[in-house]
Amino acid sequence: MPETSETAYNFAYLDEQTKRMIRRAILKGVAVPGYQVPFASREMPMPYGWGTGGVQVSAACLTPEDTFKVIDQGADDTTNAVSIRKFFQKVAEVAVTEHTNEATVIQTRHRIPETPLTEDQILVYQVPIPEPLRFLEPSEVETRRMHALEDYGLMHVKLYEDIARHGEIATAYAYPVTVEDRYVMDPSPIPKFDNPKLESAALQLFGAGREQRIYAVPPYTKVVSLDFDDYPFDPSKAPHPCALCGAEHTYLDEVIVDDAGGRMFVCSDTDYCASRQAEQAA
Amino acid sequence: MDTDTLTGGFADPPRDAARAFRAALQALARPGRIETVTGAAPPAPCSMAAGVLLLTLCDGTTGLHLAGDHDAEALRDWVRFHTGARLVRADDADFALGTWPALAPLDRYRTGTSEYPDRSATLIVEMPVLTATGARLTGPGIETEARLSLPEAAAFQANRRRFPLGYDCYFTCGDRLAGLPRSTRVAEG
Repeated sequence: MPETSETAYNFAYLDEQTKRMIRRAILKGVAVPGYQVPFASREMPMPYGWGTGGVQVSAACLTPEDTFKVIDQGADDTTNAVSIRKFFQKVAEVAVTEHTNEATVIQTRHRIPETPLTEDQILVYQVPIPEPLRFLEPSEVETRRMHALEDYGLMHVKLYEDIARHGEIATAYAYPVTVEDRYVMDPSPIPKFDNPKLESAALQLFGAGREQRIYAVPPYTKVVSLDFDDYPFDPSKAPHPCALCGAEHTYLDEVIVDDAGGRMFVCSDTDYCASRQAEQAA
Repeated sequence: MDTDTLTGGFADPPRDAARAFRAALQALARPGRIETVTGAAPPAPCSMAAGVLLLTLCDGTTGLHLAGDHDAEALRDWVRFHTGARLVRADDADFALGTWPALAPLDRYRTGTSEYPDRSATLIVEMPVLTATGARLTGPGIETEARLSLPEAAAFQANRRRFPLGYDCYFTCGDRLAGLPRSTRVAEG
């Protein structure tokens, strides 16, 4: 065991009974794609809202042989990503990386990496509000019944009202999807640009710590973004190339660069952008 | 209590269970894929793979039903000592372990409710052989089509028809296991 490891904690921080409970919830989530499985979320050494759901799912999935990557809105070097990566480096002794293609487990806040994921990878999402119907219907009893009855009319009314008010579906992130023709699911606040990537070779797991829900999208599962025949789903992005690597097919962050209104658009996926720049320099 | 009861658990529970769960997760997320597991030595007639699943998923909060020849004193003692799982009747089970004929009739197992389809049983089916041949599988987790040597097709077709309700299955043989969630569509091979 390396000297830097934290031997005062169990492997991957959580106790075994908790991990078994989370693991059973994950398996039921996989068996019923898009359905939110309740689980007994634990207090973690970080506040709710900082990815406690994702951290608990990662803790239940990680093995000592894994290589772990964490991104926060596409970036490996932001506070949330760095602290979660360091946490598992310490308590699970896993290798870590910033390169998407080297990682076996990737925990993400609000992005799907630009590099297509493979069968050997698991993507773990941090989810703030797992219930796609929550802002339309505050009662959990009611939303649970709506899912049971496959009663999603309210969601279509919401999208229709978007069109009536703005001339288009104005939802730009956390854009609702139907999973395997059954459950309407919140894909977490990823930009709708990422929605097509929800149909993936990788297993995708979603953890909501405060709301105590786990759900899953198995590999190659059918995931359809809600839309209308005359207003089809449009995974739009800013109409610019990346100012650093020139990519025209990636999701961009708008960065303010001075006090005079100057701005630039750069890839939100820092690893993807850096790899492209390295290739161009070579 | 036999001394054999006390042995045969994980040597390093956190890491052994982590590796075992990963195999079980991949198996259920990719129906038809056969995973190899290690670390358990349960008494006969329980296979290594079934023993690994019990050690990884069962504890004092889950009910386990042992069906047919698996309802043997040596295995009951082993399960109680290593997992603390309650031994229950089929209709109360979170997990059920046995051969396919012993697990019948299947309408005894919990399939969840329409509001909580997760409150359903997981069957661990001991198989004489387990190969990627036979019944054709399609659905979530499968890119085009997979094959698995299921004991029959009709029961899994009936299980799929009541989706999102239903039970989920693991098939075990020696140190190998495969998964079949309720979401998989099964056709005769």
